[in-house]
Amino acid sequence: MTLDELQEIAESEREAQKKITHRINVSVAAGCLSLHSDVVFNILHEEVKKRGMEESCKVKAVGCMGLCAAGPLVRSEPQHTYYRGLPPDSPEVLSAIVDSINGRPVPEFALSPEIPFFAAQKRIVLENCGEIDPERIEDYIGVGGYQSLLTCIAKRSREDVVQEIIKSGLRGRGGGGYPTGLKWSMVAKAAGEQKYVICNADEGDPGAFMDRSVLESDPHRVLEGMAIAAYAVAATKGYIYCRAEYPLAVKRLKVAIRQAEKLGLLGKRIGESDFSFEVEVRIGAGAFVCGEETALIASVEGERGVPRPRPPFPAYSGLNHCPTLLNNVETFANIVPIVRNGAEWFASIGTDKSKGTKVFALVGDVVNTGLIEVPMGMKLRDLVYSLGGGIPDNKKFKAVQTGGPSGGCIPEQFLDMGVDYESLMSAGSIMGSGGMIVMDETACMVDVAKFFMDFTRDESCGKCIPCRVGTTQLHGMLERISEGKGRMEDLDTLERLGNMVKRTALCGLGQTAPNPVSSTVRYFRDEYVQHITNKTCAQGKCPCSKAPSTAAGK
Amino acid sequence: MQPYPESVPLPSADKRWKLVEATMRRHGYKASALIEVLHTVQESFGYLDDTSLRFVASSLRIPISKVFGVATYYHFFSMKPPGEHTCVVCLGTGCYVKGSGELMKMIEREAHICAGETTPDGKLSLVAARCIGSCSLAPAVVIDGEVIPRAQANAVQEQLRRWIGHDSR
Ligand SMILES: Cc1cc2nc3c(=O)[nH]c(=O)nc-3n(C[C@H](O)[C@H](O)[C@H](O)COP(=O)(O)O)c2cc1C
Ligand code: FES
Repeated sequence: MTLDELQEIAESEREAQKKITHRINVSVAAGCLSLHSDVVFNILHEEVKKRGMEESCKVKAVGCMGLCAAGPLVRSEPQHTYYRGLPPDSPEVLSAIVDSINGRPVPEFALSPEIPFFAAQKRIVLENCGEIDPERIEDYIGVGGYQSLLTCIAKRSREDVVQEIIKSGLRGRGGGGYPTGLKWSMVAKAAGEQKYVICNADEGDPGAFMDRSVLESDPHRVLEGMAIAAYAVAATKGYIYCRAEYPLAVKRLKVAIRQAEKLGLLGKRIGESDFSFEVEVRIGAGAFVCGEETALIASVEGERGVPRPRPPFPAYSGLNHCPTLLNNVETFANIVPIVRNGAEWFASIGTDKSKGTKVFALVGDVVNTGLIEVPMGMKLRDLVYSLGGGIPDNKKFKAVQTGGPSGGCIPEQFLDMGVDYESLMSAGSIMGSGGMIVMDETACMVDVAKFFMDFTRDESCGKCIPCRVGTTQLHGMLERISEGKGRMEDLDTLERLGNMVKRTALCGLGQTAPNPVSSTVRYFRDEYVQHITNKTCAQGKCPCSKAPSTAAGK
Repeated sequence: MQPYPESVPLPSADKRWKLVEATMRRHGYKASALIEVLHTVQESFGYLDDTSLRFVASSLRIPISKVFGVATYYHFFSMKPPGEHTCVVCLGTGCYVKGSGELMKMIEREAHICAGETTPDGKLSLVAARCIGSCSLAPAVVIDGEVIPRAQANAVQEQLRRWIGHDSR
């Protein structure tokens, strides 16, 4: 298919959509599905059919709208209203919604798009999420999909595309924040007949589901980003390494790949040029360390996913010892808008060193749990209190955990800090992939630290000693403290051992594993001291406080 | 091109071996397809056993030691048959701060098994997960493949009691 032909499809899709005057979008991403949005979809569809309005009113299955806390979510246009928490077992309510499409929205369930949760976002990565049907490529083409790819192939040189990404200032969204353009230019320059592009969709950080939502809601966006990358670095083969826990994402990716191949937008001779790019999905098998790039590559090769020392970096020697470009899902999802709108546009968003937007998963003790996309640099306070709607049950904020098992806990005194790669680092945490777990005053920070050490101890692959033994020792010490058997010296030992593990571990897992401990010791030392000297846990989360009370209760 | 290894016969007449064979064929019997093939075995048979590991090893021409190493390295692969029903409790951070740790303990007490085990009567397998991406509806439990958002202890308990003959001990 040529660019002109693509534009024709887009045009006819837009014409077809113009005939539809009313639209009822129903989220069928995993969160809303688990609240039975598929049933809501079917009933709404039937109600529209009953009234013979199918020509003008379309009930559409779309991806994630973000506010998972209020699912199943529906949006009605042109009423410009969200509906929240629709009961799948109440046809009356759903019928009333269809009846009201020309009038006033049903007040009990209506939710204004003007609330900060929606209004304060800036959606670039998520621009199509909740708008298009993820299983229809025509929908994606209708909003300009695949035009950036075919334009690059037809009109721009490979170097030019790499330069555009460099100028945009985009940094990797998978955790490290490495400049994406620089990585692309390394792979582009690397010598080798065969090159690969890999998309990291392993999303191992617990409490994070940004990549999942993007893949489930707008899979073509990621594929197009990968194809542009492949063109820029001259790769011909791509893999998406997706975790097994995301079956719906895998399914939609496979559907999307098939559709794109059929139209000649992936596969051989894309856009009738000499450029070919084939993509395959590889399914992970539940090892956290496989999110680390060298371990991931080993896993794609069918091996045990164990990291290896770098250099050589995958850019020079990756999959099958060939130059390999590896980026995160969200990184790839940023490519199309950059190519379409230009590097200057992208670089005008965000902060000095962190450009663009970031998608965050807001979870834990916060009212509006869900997915948000905001410009880099937004204040933590706004994220938690304005978009997030604050802490439920009038409880007090205690900390927000970012960066998963590699990150740290950020206390109240940093609430007015703008969130970007550098600021989070200076506060003793990291951006990570974008999970933000809000904790209220009932959280015990010793317990949280122990939770993370348990995680990394379990997930350590065992190849290097500092990580294998260090995480076990750190966990053991935290366990003793939580049982009321800690000593004051332990706090220094935690610090010293933690630093040793950070300095000597082989891969990022071990190098960052002590972060949750060091950040909680730093900001919540009092709590540790209390566990050690009073042998109690004020929050009642640790065994030291529980043993007597449960015994008394029985 | 690797030669088509016709020499490896299917372990039995069970039709599910055809599915495994189809996956291997699709990947041209390459060693790099090992994990994909193990996924198919587990999907078809519910778990990996000696017979299947040996079959995969000889078909892909990989040492059995390596196949075993890969199969046991990844959490997702199971070497034991699953129970009739499966209950997965997410112990990821989002769910943990919403009390999934206590939920898990409750279920362990109820079913008299620990996470990772199956009841002796083969009715229920209890599995701990590391985040299934439903963090915004925490705590998340998956019962027989269906995600239960904001899982309530008593609702889960009720469901389990229907399966595991509560006072069987
Ligand atoms: C233990 C560990 C786990 C990781 N998990 C992930 C992950 O789940 N997803 C991801 O994109 N990157 C993960 N990374 C980072 C990757 O190694 C790699 O830096 C990243 O995918 C590169 O893509 P980017 O430049 O687009 O961010 C992990 C790193 C480590 C050390
Ligand atoms: S932490 Fe449980 S689903 Fe993510």
